Parts: sequence; structure tokens; C-alpha cells
Amino acid sequence: MEEDAIKVSPTSTELAEATPSGPEPPWRRRPLEAYAELALEWLIRLCGVSAILFVFGIFFFVFREGAGMLFGKLDLLRFLFTKEWYPTSLSNVRYGVLALIIGTGSVTVLAMAIAVPFGLGAAIFVSEFCSGRVKETLKIVIELLAAIPSVVWGFIGISVMNPLIQELFDASIGLNVLNGALLLALMSVPIMVSIGEDALKAVPDSHREAALALGSTRWQTIYRVLLPSAKNGLLAAVLLGVGRAVGETMAVLMATGHSLNIPRSVLDPVRTLTATIAAELGEASVGSDHYQVLFVIGILLFTITFFVNLAADLVVKGIKKQ
Amino acid sequence: MTLPARAAQGGITTRELSLWYGDFQALKSVTLTLQHGLITSLIGPSGCGKTTLLRCFNRVNERYGYVTTRGEIKILDKNIYDEDVSLEELRRLVGMVFQRPNPLPLSVYENVVYGLRIHSPRRDLSKSRLDEAVERSLREVGLWDDLKDRLGARATGLQLEQQQKLCIARLLPMKPEVILMDEPCSALDVEGTRAIEELMWTLRGKYTIVIVTHNMAQARRASDECVFMLLGEIIEHRRTEDLFLHPRDPRTAEYIEGRYG
Repeated sequence: MEEDAIKVSPTSTELAEATPSGPEPPWRRRPLEAYAELALEWLIRLCGVSAILFVFGIFFFVFREGAGMLFGKLDLLRFLFTKEWYPTSLSNVRYGVLALIIGTGSVTVLAMAIAVPFGLGAAIFVSEFCSGRVKETLKIVIELLAAIPSVVWGFIGISVMNPLIQELFDASIGLNVLNGALLLALMSVPIMVSIGEDALKAVPDSHREAALALGSTRWQTIYRVLLPSAKNGLLAAVLLGVGRAVGETMAVLMATGHSLNIPRSVLDPVRTLTATIAAELGEASVGSDHYQVLFVIGILLFTITFFVNLAADLVVKGIKKQ
Repeated sequence: MTLPARAAQGGITTRELSLWYGDFQALKSVTLTLQHGLITSLIGPSGCGKTTLLRCFNRVNERYGYVTTRGEIKILDKNIYDEDVSLEELRRLVGMVFQRPNPLPLSVYENVVYGLRIHSPRRDLSKSRLDEAVERSLREVGLWDDLKDRLGARATGLQLEQQQKLCIARLLPMKPEVILMDEPCSALDVEGTRAIEELMWTLRGKYTIVIVTHNMAQARRASDECVFMLLGEIIEHRRTEDLFLHPRDPRTAEYIEGRYG
């Protein structure tokens, strides 16, 4: 042991012997290390920039496939505002996506009407009413909900909700707006809970203590102090949930009945933009009008989710400014 | 709880008050009478239990689940640890000012009327009554002239000294009996400290003011009575000048001489 200790701290004479040409200054740069550092820096930079490249790349290819239609044969007003979608008709091909837009819209709106109170309520519960083990367990379970693949949600929609909705509402078919919206709500709740909980956690504890010491009840603390100060984060949570719901494909394809229809009630089946692309792209011959129109629908979806995400982003930026 | 008219002596009386954080005993049989209308400072080295004692008086230390309390604290002749005590009502009567100014993230106006809003039925809150409460409270703490044109501004954007005054102002519309101050000047500069101390003197007489401080000079200049605590016990409780000039207990003498702490 003693020998080791001596080796670790050499005496000054030993040092002098080791470097006969005088002591080497420890701050001299070693070229190899410097290059490695530089290479690593560029690698990391590349990783960062690649995200931008991918987004623009995807946008470019989707746009390229759809551009022929978008700027050529397609009458944009008719495309957006008529409900006749007959892409494979032999005599009279018509591309009107109004019914699809309303389909996506109705499912999303109903899903949000269910998910927002649930999601925000759960966020408040996890953040303000739970502690320790219960909180950790709940967070893990809620995040597990986000890990269920959407096709599995589709199974549930067909095999569990379908008969249940038929029974409860005496509906002729259980694959409808309600079914799809329930699934979408369950799928977007986890993201709302985790973002919403982060937003509430970011409210300084001194605010809670101040409200409490002034004699607020728990509920008064929440709705007079916590919700106003976390409102931007909570709004961002909701918008991210909306983005998730608009873009979801497989579960809604399976659960909404996939029938072209402007719904009169929540028990009517509908078809959504995303489900249409998923169902028809495989059968449209590459480069055909039908194929290109499906890509135009892709551009439309891209635009919708882009604006929803942008709104969420701007709202989150608003939080940081405060 | 229903409270009788203010008892003649008023103030706060504790009897055999002990408190544990888990297994750790932070207060040991504290028996103490704090007089109404006076400023009492609690002094002692870090960890002596002075903040713990202060936070017993409005029971905010019960937020954390692991606190056990035994003994009694009487405010207005009512034990605040009785079963039938409403914590909300207790905290209306026993206001608290914190170490770091913690105005709510609302406007100046809403900060001042917050107490009225949560403690009065909505129909009693006419605009004129709220306006009047804001003006009176802000005048009392000396903020009215500075802030009367900025009542809608966010309170968290004010200077620290103004924030701390606002934190005192927002207690006043609730007509508290007791104002607790937990090192109210530790985040403030010399000017701010002086301003808060002056404010304490103008409030003196109407409320039972209890202040925890690390600053012995502050205890000396800004309080009528002084309580010296050590390891969860009261060592000495006397008029401030007596305690500083003629301490009875050698531990007090050594502390105020700066031998430890």
C-alpha cells in the first residue's frame, strides 16, 4: 500500500528525471485530441441539422408527388368544398374532400371534448393531489397508455367498443364518430397529462404556499392561482393532443366505419383524411391522378398539423417569456 | 371556528408545544405568551426551531405529511389545534409574510383583494368595496402613491421591496389578528430592510407581530420583545433591551456576543 502511495505522488526529483528537457507545460494542446473534439462537434451538429433536413425532405417529396395535381388539373375550391369523392369512377371521376375534412374534424372535436377535461383533470390530480409512490405509479401507467400501438386501439374499437356502443345507444353500427373519438381521446390523454403535469410542476411552490397561507382551500389554490399561471403550458398540452388526434390513422380507419358520409350525429360512421390515404394509396397506380390527389390530401394534413404545432410552439414560447 | 371578541391580553399563548418532523423533535415543550400589539422577534442559530414555531401559528407546516404536533396554541382564547378549527379561517386571522417575497402571479389589485375574494361571499364584493380595500391597504403599507397608476401590472414584476410590502398589504383586508414574518428582509437591500422595519412599526399596536430573524441587530432595533431559542427550546423571553443588555442565561449571552450561531 505504501509503495502505491509513493508512486501516485512522485517527488520533484523524479519528475525532473522523467522529463529531461525541462518540464512540459500541461496546457499545451495535443493535436489528436483537438481533431477528435472537432469531429465530435460536427457529428453532433449534423444530428441537430438532420431533423430539419428530414422535415424539409418529407415535405419536398410529398409536395412533388402532389404538385402535378395541385397546380394543374385540380380545382382547389371544388376539391375542398364538395363532398363527392369518387376517385375510381369509370364515367365521372370527382375529387371532393369536404366529407373527409368534416370526418376528421368531427372525430377530432369530439375526441378533444372528451380528452381535454380528462387529461387536464388527470394532470391536476397527478401534480397536486398525489405524492410519492402513487404519483410515480400513475405517471408510469399513463405513459404506458401512450405506448399502446394504434392498431391495437383499432382492435379494441372493433371488438370491445363496437358491440358496446350498439348495445348502449341502440345504434345500427358501432363503428362511428363516437367510437373513433373515444379511442382518439384515450390516445391523446397521455400526452396531455405529461405536458400538463410539467406545466403545473413549473409553477413555483412559493405560489402554492402563498395561496395556502392566505387561507385558500385546495380548490381555490388550483383555480385562482395554479391554472392561471400554468395556462400557457396547459394550452400547449391541449394543442399537442389535437395534433396527435388529427394525424392518427390506423385506429380511426378501423373504428369509424370508413364510410364516406357527412355525419348527422355522433352515431354516424365517417371517413377521415388520414384513413383515406392509408386505405387507397396502395391501390392507386403510381403517378395517376388518384395517386396525386392522395398526396394533395397529405399536403392538406401536413398543413393542418403544422399550424396546430406552430400554435403550440408559439404558446410555449409565450411561457418562457414570462 | 367561531371566535369570541378579542381577549383582553390577546396575542398568542402556547402550552407544552412539541413538534416532530418524522422522528426528529424540532420543538420541545414550548410554553410562551406573545402579547398583542407588540412586535416579538424569535432569534437563535439555524435549526433552533424558530421558523418551525412560527409556522405552527398558522399551521402551514402541516402541508408536509410527516409532522406531528402535541400541546396547544391559543389565539383569541381558542386552541388552534382543536378538531373544529377551520384552517382557512385560521389563516385569514393569522397572516404570514415569507422570506422571499411571494406575490401571487396576478395583478397588484388582485393580489390585494385575493383574501376578500376567497373569504367573502361573492355578493358582498362590490367593486367599490374592493377598490376601497385596495386603496386603504396600499396606503397603509406606503405603496399607494407608487402603484396607484399601475394596479393592473403583474405583481411579480415589481421591485423586491415593493413585492414584500404588497405581501404585507394583501393581509390587511382580511383584518388579521396576527402577522407572522419569516425573515421578511433577508432578500432585501439596506433600503428595503429599513422600509419594511418602518412599516412594522406603523402596524405595531393593531396586530400581534411575530418576526423570525437571523439578524440580531434587526431583532434589537425592530422588536419589543425577544425570544431566544436553542435546539427547540425557549431559553429566554424578555423585553428586547433587557435580553440584549442583561441576558440571564449564559447561552443567550454567548449567542448575542456572537460566540456561536
